[in-house]
Amino acid sequence: MIINHPLLGPRDSSEFVYLGDASLLNRPDWQADDALEQFIDYGHTRDNPAGLHRELWYHEQGDRSWLVVTRNTVTHEITSVELARDVARTEGRFE
Amino acid sequence: MTQKNRLDGGLIDRSETFSFRFDSQYYKGHKGDTLASALLANGVRLMGRSFKYHRPRGPMTAGSEEPNAIVELREGTRKEPNTRATTAELYDGLRANSQNRWPSLKFDAMQVNDLLSNFFAAGFYYKTFMWPAAFWEKVYEPIIRRAAGLGSLSTQDDPDGYDKGFLHCDLLIIGGGPAGLAAALTAGEGGARVILCDEDFLIGGRLNLETYAVGGMEGAAWAAETVARLQAMPNVRVMPRTTVIGAFDHGIYGAVERVSDHLAVPEDGKPRQILWRITSKRALLCAGATERPIVFENNDRPGIMQASAVRAYANRWATTPAQQVAIFTNNDDGHRTASDLLAKGVEVVSVIDTRADAPTSSDYDVVAGGVIDQTWGRLGLTRIEVKMPKGGIRRIKCGALGVSGGWNPNVHLTCHQGGRPVWNEALAAFVPSGTLPPGMTVAGAATGVFSTHSALQSGAEGAKAILADLGIKASALALPGAEDTPVRITQFWHVKTAKRAWVDQQNDVTAKDIKLAHQENYVSVEHLKRYTTLGMATDQGKTSNIAGLAIMAEVAGKAIPEVGTTMFRPPYTPTAMGVFAGRAWGMDTKPTRLTPSHTWAEEQGAVFTEAGLWLRAQWYPKPGETHWRQSCDREVIQTRKSVGICDVTSLGKIDVQGTDAAAFLNKVYCNGFAKLPVGKVRYGLMLREDGIVMDDGTAARLAEDHFVVTTTTAKAVQVYRHLEFVRQCLCPNMDVQMISTTDAWAQFAIAGPNSRKLLEKVVDDGVDLSNEAFPFMACGEITICGGLSARLFRISFSGELAYEIAVPTRYGDALVRRLMQAGEEYEVVPYGLEALNVMRIEKGHATANELNGTTTALNLGMGKMVSKAKDSIGSKLSERTGLNEADALKLVGLKPVNPDHKVPAGAHLMTKGTEVIATNDQGYVTSACYSPNLGCHIALGFLKSGDTRIGEIIRLVSPLTGVDHDAEVVSPHFVDPEGDRLRA
Amino acid sequence: MRYSGFRVIKEALTGHRGWGPAWRDPEPKAEYDYVIIGGGGHGLATAYYLAKEYKQSRIAVLEKGWIGGGNVGRNTTIVRSNYLLDGNEPFYEFSLKLWEGLEQELNYNAMMSQRGIINLMHSDAQRDAYIRRGNAMILNGADAQLLDQKQVLEKYPFLNVKNARFPVMGGLLQARAGTARHDAVAWGYARAADQCGVDIIQNCEVTGFKIEGGKIRGVETSRGFIGAKKVGSCVAGSSSKVMAFAGMRLPIESHVLQAFVSEGLKPVLPGVITFGAGHFYCSQSDKGGLVFGGNIDGYNTYASRGNLPMVEDVMEEAIAMFPMLGRARLLRSWGGIMDMSMDGTPIIDKTHIDGLYFNGGWCYGGFKATPASGMVYAHLLATDAPHDTATAFKLDRFHTGHMIDEKGVGNQPNLH
Repeated sequence: MIINHPLLGPRDSSEFVYLGDASLLNRPDWQADDALEQFIDYGHTRDNPAGLHRELWYHEQGDRSWLVVTRNTVTHEITSVELARDVARTEGRFE
Repeated sequence: MTQKNRLDGGLIDRSETFSFRFDSQYYKGHKGDTLASALLANGVRLMGRSFKYHRPRGPMTAGSEEPNAIVELREGTRKEPNTRATTAELYDGLRANSQNRWPSLKFDAMQVNDLLSNFFAAGFYYKTFMWPAAFWEKVYEPIIRRAAGLGSLSTQDDPDGYDKGFLHCDLLIIGGGPAGLAAALTAGEGGARVILCDEDFLIGGRLNLETYAVGGMEGAAWAAETVARLQAMPNVRVMPRTTVIGAFDHGIYGAVERVSDHLAVPEDGKPRQILWRITSKRALLCAGATERPIVFENNDRPGIMQASAVRAYANRWATTPAQQVAIFTNNDDGHRTASDLLAKGVEVVSVIDTRADAPTSSDYDVVAGGVIDQTWGRLGLTRIEVKMPKGGIRRIKCGALGVSGGWNPNVHLTCHQGGRPVWNEALAAFVPSGTLPPGMTVAGAATGVFSTHSALQSGAEGAKAILADLGIKASALALPGAEDTPVRITQFWHVKTAKRAWVDQQNDVTAKDIKLAHQENYVSVEHLKRYTTLGMATDQGKTSNIAGLAIMAEVAGKAIPEVGTTMFRPPYTPTAMGVFAGRAWGMDTKPTRLTPSHTWAEEQGAVFTEAGLWLRAQWYPKPGETHWRQSCDREVIQTRKSVGICDVTSLGKIDVQGTDAAAFLNKVYCNGFAKLPVGKVRYGLMLREDGIVMDDGTAARLAEDHFVVTTTTAKAVQVYRHLEFVRQCLCPNMDVQMISTTDAWAQFAIAGPNSRKLLEKVVDDGVDLSNEAFPFMACGEITICGGLSARLFRISFSGELAYEIAVPTRYGDALVRRLMQAGEEYEVVPYGLEALNVMRIEKGHATANELNGTTTALNLGMGKMVSKAKDSIGSKLSERTGLNEADALKLVGLKPVNPDHKVPAGAHLMTKGTEVIATNDQGYVTSACYSPNLGCHIALGFLKSGDTRIGEIIRLVSPLTGVDHDAEVVSPHFVDPEGDRLRA
Repeated sequence: MRYSGFRVIKEALTGHRGWGPAWRDPEPKAEYDYVIIGGGGHGLATAYYLAKEYKQSRIAVLEKGWIGGGNVGRNTTIVRSNYLLDGNEPFYEFSLKLWEGLEQELNYNAMMSQRGIINLMHSDAQRDAYIRRGNAMILNGADAQLLDQKQVLEKYPFLNVKNARFPVMGGLLQARAGTARHDAVAWGYARAADQCGVDIIQNCEVTGFKIEGGKIRGVETSRGFIGAKKVGSCVAGSSSKVMAFAGMRLPIESHVLQAFVSEGLKPVLPGVITFGAGHFYCSQSDKGGLVFGGNIDGYNTYASRGNLPMVEDVMEEAIAMFPMLGRARLLRSWGGIMDMSMDGTPIIDKTHIDGLYFNGGWCYGGFKATPASGMVYAHLLATDAPHDTATAFKLDRFHTGHMIDEKGVGNQPNLH
């Protein structure tokens, strides 16, 4: 596969390390009343869709960017690649 | 022996005559021959034996789809089993041997199986060999395995090299026949970056095998001229002997170039083969088509071949399998073979055409509406019997029979991403469907357009459309004139009266087997394939699948597309495993990382061991030491007595900087880091988000906004990746930057009561190492040896007064030499991983053996370190009940009751007096060593409620290694539990 | 009809006219007591044991394509019980014992061949870990032996030890492990289940559940509604898709595993051997093909095909172990969709919906589990209580913190 890195252009997927669903950006609030339940769900439950999947890839053999890649799990077509940090800033819960 | 079946003409180079040997017989051939063509020229039709019944077999094809003529090519370490004689290029001195026969190809004892074939029907082995149960492994299976396999490996290391490469192009053209050449010309002249791959050593596809004129010249000449034109274009790369083996995601194709397989031995410095990963914007598949057989009684005798192969041998290789040839066809193409053979002076004894309206000929005899009823000839065809349309049998003497059942487009690569071909009734063939791999289009015979003109046209138009799509303007190619004969075919798959009629010739699957599979309800095409082994031979069904489907369709009363088609998957043709490994052989399987003191350690005679990809000194034997324990014990004793030095560079080092660096570390370590003062080091425990310990290490605060984090050797890469995840994905607004500096700093541990004194000799004036100025867990940036920047950490893995000193890597070798020199007066010793391990076990420090990915801070006796006052990775999920049970495993020390006993790692712990079974398991030993300080073996381990069981005598069992004795549960801190030495 | 050597001879002499269908192709009935979704090895085995061991009837297996077309038809055929953890080892050892009598049980030769498996070890730490594991196996009633390098070389003389990047220190042998003919396992269970009255319904895709008042009523399928008192899902890589019909999200990701077979070769590998300095496992079939595999590609996917980098990785490890394989040819590769769970261990449990059960999360170790998975799932379906050997395979274990993580890599499915 080829991942079109937002900073570096098209790169072979073998330069990257895969983590999983980009919902991992949405780490729960540790002080919420049901924080433990939220963390269990965050850590273990996945939509695992057959179709569009937003997922985290790390450019380990490159610039060390974490990327959010939108890829179809049936066709492997990639429709969007974003810097995870940008996504986290706009969508994620963070400090 | 003379080349008695050599004809005139052809594309072989008669100026070069090669001598070669097949089995024990020597023959002559020419440059441009394949092994099969050269053997045929010498009158040899018998080249192999089938898998199951050991039926005599000759070549069925003239290409890479060959199922029968497969041999062991070469000898010795270069032996290549199952090599298709039809594609093996002849070279002088070639050696080949027939395979899967005993004692010889002509007299194969195993052909007794053929007589028993009634008992060996499809799937018979699923129904028997079950009684008595013990006989399967002892009796039945050994017999089956004795018959298993085709060719044999040399069982010696492959002596040749392989390589890998990457190529990029606008357009990859797969196949250099008329369509591929026209496409390459169009795209090449349009300026696109083009790669043209062809599996053959002579590019041109069927232009080299046929007699048609193209553009007023012979087709082969046009192909050669076109290839020369393409090779002259700087934007076109022409790659003969290169098979595109697979279509992968996003326009990536795997291709194997056989650089040296046409030579006896690769040229010096050249690989045998290269695996190319071709990244293409577009691909045009011009893979041509494969002629399929008709299934009839005894249709597998040597001499019975594809009709197109017969004329390929005549036209390109100037040879014929026999001087008298018959043709059996259901379409007009079969007649072409007849006319080509006649033109070469070969006698065409008859053309048996299944169609009542078959074309007639004044040049050769045509039996319209006839079928082959039977064939004869034990080791090669001698006679056929034709069932005449009006009844009766006609016997015809011939040495070869060309069979044409129509053509199958080579759609294989179109299916590599899940696409399925669709049935075209007019062509009676599967053609590529609309669901192709993205970026791929198909041209020429691979799409089902079979005339030369339409192949040229579809190739040129296909390339033009692709270039337009890429925004490159290409002018239309002036198409050379070529034949444009329409396809005329009447479906005819098998002679229904046939009893022993082969569908998959290599695997000996007969029409009867397919009928039996249907009778037993193995009707899904995948069940059919798996139950009968149809299509699972080395040709992957290229010569058998469609006929098998057609027969199944007939017995099931379905149409062929309703029966389905099996999936084609990579590789397109069988591919040497070695080429996928490229240069990753032997010691180069993975990179080797060397520590900065490696050269020095080698000079000391160190014994090295693997630590991940690193090589680290394991111990440093002294003259007279014959056992590693002697060296290790000495290193431990001397370090604890005076001072020792160990290269610890392989531990991960991460430089963390920024105004939020402390807040960041506070997030990733479960214990607090926010308030760590500048100039101090703290031990840190890092959890995974699931609450299990990921790694441990230290973080040293060199400045308000600057930390140096260390990790274990094993986890350096994962920890760094994790920290980047936290930084970018979870804390995107923190002002924190980091970089891995593992390779940038050489780091040495200097441990032992004299370590301070030794260090004082190398630090620059003004660096105060006194306990007051630089206490335990202090850190600082200093200079040594007259101005060299260094980082000094007062940390201890051994439990002794100890330091770790880091200098830029290029000074690592010099530093170890200087330290050793400075330490002479203290009889300093270098110590290796074994001594390091002994000392950390004596001290009760955990390593990867304890941080095994299932243990928590609680298990390690560090439960209180997990701060509840802050949010850190893993702290929340570490609260789950299952990780906090009353009888949770706890890290303990273990000492044998009998001091002569060992306490081996991997042993399990049992409460005394209980039965030794899994349900009574109380824990296990993680790390063990002999402690020269305690004078006995000691160990660390995890024991249920271990912290409350100190003093208990426990049973230590390792049935695997025959250990069963008692040990005492003790504190894991064997040496200096109060830590006085650290703080000295 | 019973299969036997005598029968084979008799049929051979009478033109094979007597062989009947190995299983029927019945039309689906309006309602069953038990509907098993998924006609793979586990689903077929479940149906068989429900009927045979638990004396249940009115059972159907629904298969969207052809039976045995998923991972039971695409795997490296390895059967073993060399697990470390208490949650796993008793189950896999139970499975191995069922394998040992499978042919006689099913009257179908699945060619279970106890040729042994050797896990090579390359470092002291790995040896320690293997000793712990071997002991755990023995404590659970399984067999294990520790071999030194010489003993390994006696069985595998072509192993690279002279020029090896990672030294071979020996191996952990389970002699009772081996291989089985994968397709035959599916067919054997199908035939035996069919003979017990189980309806095997192919080309019948489940498209939804009918759930009323928290209780299952049946399944919607491509062949219409089929009523059921109890429904057991057993669909491996499609687990998330099917359970989503019941509104469930699972601790599972779907990934592709590629596997490979070489051309037929005269026997060189006597048993199963695995590389410890990477991930590679290999054996040689009774037909002569080397059957081997490595890691999953590592990204979520439902496309049953992989990519080139993993092919190269696997082959590099093959060559690292056996440089003699350089000139052997790869014949075919394939890809199967694996239900990778969060701790690498399966789930066999009830769900929050009364009458709906789940069996999945096998990662790429499901084949060896086939008999026991069928037996314990049948037990659960029939009795509503977990089988003694499968009490730990709970759906809520991530809530309670009772993960069963053999590899110790945590909640990241692609590392298991």
